Amino acid sequence: MKSLAELSAIRDRMKGQVGSRSHDLTGTKIVVGMATCGIAAGARPVLNAFVELTAASGKTDVTVSQTGCIGICQYEPVVEVLEPGKEKVTYVKMTADKAKRVFDEHIVGGKVVTEYTIGSNAK
Amino acid sequence: MRQLSENILDITMNSVRAGASLISVILTEDPPMLTITIADNGCGMTAEFLEKVVDPFCTTRTTRKVGLGIPFFKMEAEQTGGSFSIESTPNVGTTVTASFDQSSIDALPLGDMPETVMTLISSGPDRDFLFLHARPQEEIRLDTRELRGQLGDLPLDTPEVLLWVRDYLREQYGENDPDRSVPNQS
Repeated sequence: MKSLAELSAIRDRMKGQVGSRSHDLTGTKIVVGMATCGIAAGARPVLNAFVELTAASGKTDVTVSQTGCIGICQYEPVVEVLEPGKEKVTYVKMTADKAKRVFDEHIVGGKVVTEYTIGSNAK
Repeated sequence: MRQLSENILDITMNSVRAGASLISVILTEDPPMLTITIADNGCGMTAEFLEKVVDPFCTTRTTRKVGLGIPFFKMEAEQTGGSFSIESTPNVGTTVTASFDQSSIDALPLGDMPETVMTLISSGPDRDFLFLHARPQEEIRLDTRELRGQLGDLPLDTPEVLLWVRDYLREQYGENDPDRSVPNQS
């Protein structure tokens, strides 16, 4: 059975890492579009996958957040990756499986997964 | 939308954008009816805007001229023979209520509520959610205000905390529950 006490254990484990994850400008931000268009296209499992991957990686300089409609609804689910000092990367038509590859190769490995970017998918 | 829980996420995101500090998502089952109430203490809407809000060509978004969230939700409730209503007061908040006849062939499955609640909480650390699902045999409940005491300074939207919320709710829904469906990705 899961209990509230487990949260205290998570808190103790995360102690000292909190500051780095919340508002550190040197970190990587993964932003998932979560307006009607995004949700209808399957954004919820994509966000869920990024939350799981972030927790499993133990990387405290990565945050997962949400945004509304950015006006390219035909490409949803859309995920933007923002890294300080680098150009924003926009991934389109995302799935949980694609999220895994983006996390491993781009977020961890530092190499953009070009075939999933809007530049490779725009018609 | 393929699951009602995705509509619930979509409609509740309106409350997030309305700047609410407390949002209640309450599901009440009285077979065959399922009533969903989403109530917030956000900025609310004027009577004039409220009148137009079920119109697909009414939206707050600035990127396009259509907004389909509320029209979808209303349509999905009404096509099962259920009902839809919305009440709002500026600076007080908004309450959306929809009922669904789950025995209707047009009723969508509820789908993955734990993932919807987790996604809502991930929208920001300072907002509180009360989630309540009253079922015939049991009540499933999560109040983020009760989690804060355990978390201390740790933000509510920390990935490890979000996964705890999801797994806590999944456990309450039960592994052998026939109503529980795995999210259908495509």
